[in-house]
Amino acid sequence: MSEPRFAPADPKGVLTGTYFLDGDHACCEGALAAGCRFVAGYPITPSTEVVERFSARAPRVGAMFIQMEDELASSIAIQGAVWGGAKAMTVTSGPGFSLMMEHIGLAVMTETPCVFVNVQRGGPSTGLPTLTGQADVMQARWGSHGDYEIIAISPDSPQECFDLMLDAFNLSERYRVPVMFMMDECVGHMTEKVVIPPASEIMVEERHWTDKPGLDYLPFQANANLVPDMTRAGEGHRFHVTGLTHDEKGYPVINAEAQEKLVRRLIDKIRLNAEDIIHIEERDLAGAEVVVLSYGITSRVAERAIAMAREQGVQVGAIRLVTLWPFPERRIRELAGQVGSFVVAEINYGQMFYEVERCAAGKVPVLLAPHGGGTVHSPEQILEKIMEARACRQS
Amino acid sequence: MAKCELKIGGFGGQGVILMGIIIGKAASIYDGGHATLTQSFGPEARGSACSAQLVLDEAEVLYPYVSHPNVMVLMSQESYNKFAPELTADGLMLIEEDLVRPDPQPNGARILAIPSTRMAEHLGRKLIQNIVMVGFFTAVTGLVSEKAAREAVKTSVPPGTEELNLKAFEAGLQHGKQLAASRA
Repeated sequence: MSEPRFAPADPKGVLTGTYFLDGDHACCEGALAAGCRFVAGYPITPSTEVVERFSARAPRVGAMFIQMEDELASSIAIQGAVWGGAKAMTVTSGPGFSLMMEHIGLAVMTETPCVFVNVQRGGPSTGLPTLTGQADVMQARWGSHGDYEIIAISPDSPQECFDLMLDAFNLSERYRVPVMFMMDECVGHMTEKVVIPPASEIMVEERHWTDKPGLDYLPFQANANLVPDMTRAGEGHRFHVTGLTHDEKGYPVINAEAQEKLVRRLIDKIRLNAEDIIHIEERDLAGAEVVVLSYGITSRVAERAIAMAREQGVQVGAIRLVTLWPFPERRIRELAGQVGSFVVAEINYGQMFYEVERCAAGKVPVLLAPHGGGTVHSPEQILEKIMEARACRQS
Repeated sequence: MAKCELKIGGFGGQGVILMGIIIGKAASIYDGGHATLTQSFGPEARGSACSAQLVLDEAEVLYPYVSHPNVMVLMSQESYNKFAPELTADGLMLIEEDLVRPDPQPNGARILAIPSTRMAEHLGRKLIQNIVMVGFFTAVTGLVSEKAAREAVKTSVPPGTEELNLKAFEAGLQHGKQLAASRA
């Protein structure tokens, strides 16, 4: 079993202090503090400021930024950097995220720890380059072909863009999985106070390097937590990395047994460790007639709607998903027997809504407060659904 | 600090966003309150309409958008025409007096004017007009302390221009104080 190995952050990447930063810039600082030293990207609105800042900061930190020819190249360059020993990420928005899907699958299959930042804008296609959306959350989960699990995280403030980037990198190392950092344009371009602590107070999970000598090391032999240790290219171990189904040596094995063993482990290493990964915020759930579930910028808009509903005497609770994937299935099932109803507010026409509905399993009403994107909900739109949910419950 | 929803409007190139950053920074970092800045983000270029929106509060800002602005800083006629009707009836409006003609007058709201562009020109650079306005804002609204605003100006302008910008800030501040005294 390979336990988490934390060490204080490298002070070179930590810009300790108090700043008035937007979410994109804070995300960049979070990555640097987490030890990210390689970024490949193809700048795209509304994520451009992340790489713009990284490219300016990189020379002083000893990091590297490469502006690639496109998103396909970006999403594979970072994986090369990881196998060379670096921590790496790429940064994009919807149209670029679509182009990266194949390589997200490769990172899953080769268990390459890395971070994909998606500052979401309105889609489909080129959609609304400068305006917000939250419609890529299912794509983050299911966008690449094949069967797999990933981790996705959603910040709701510039401070969280910093803080949660540390989690994103740490979790990607612990589980050797690509982590999707699902921002939205509003959070990316919103400016607030951001506190960056001293490096000694930032715990960074180091890569789980093997301590086995030479031929004893098998690059895909898992530890008890189902995650294998890594080696660096050129350090004397033999290893082979392929997108084909492979054995513990990493060699292609094209049969059903090898497939079952590998895919099962790739899924179980996330599902069986879900409780360690999942982070949600809960408020006022006891006796709640309606629970509003949201994430990212929408959770802050929902706060206004919740306050308005309370003024009208409704008992409203709130759940904010900080981790989008894996979905907090166990908790939602449990709550479905305790609370009156759910309202899911998101800037799309129903994505996490279906997860909540699935877990509620018909025990309580689940209503969607949808939005097509381009801006956030008005608090009144969410309030209307809260009142509707309460009425459903009473009838 | 009382809760305030502030809208700053002008044209691209006037330093609307920087003004928002300075006030937000003063309130949240140096005065210890909370501030959230959002901006209309689009393919805007120099000369076109531009706005910054700030929510200032003692408590943490949850809902981050300005829905009922009670303070406005307007530095172009276009922004006046567009935003003035949104100002709350008991609101306060600061205008660049050479660039904004407050017609029609908003209902009930107080208007305070400053020739910030002319003042900046007298100080040597038209570019620092927005900092003159920050000084004026600090004096007449009381939403941020002088000390915090001065510190925020110093840490937000390009290195090497601090002195000039602080002069602009003081000019705006004095203008605001005199105006307040003459009305008292």
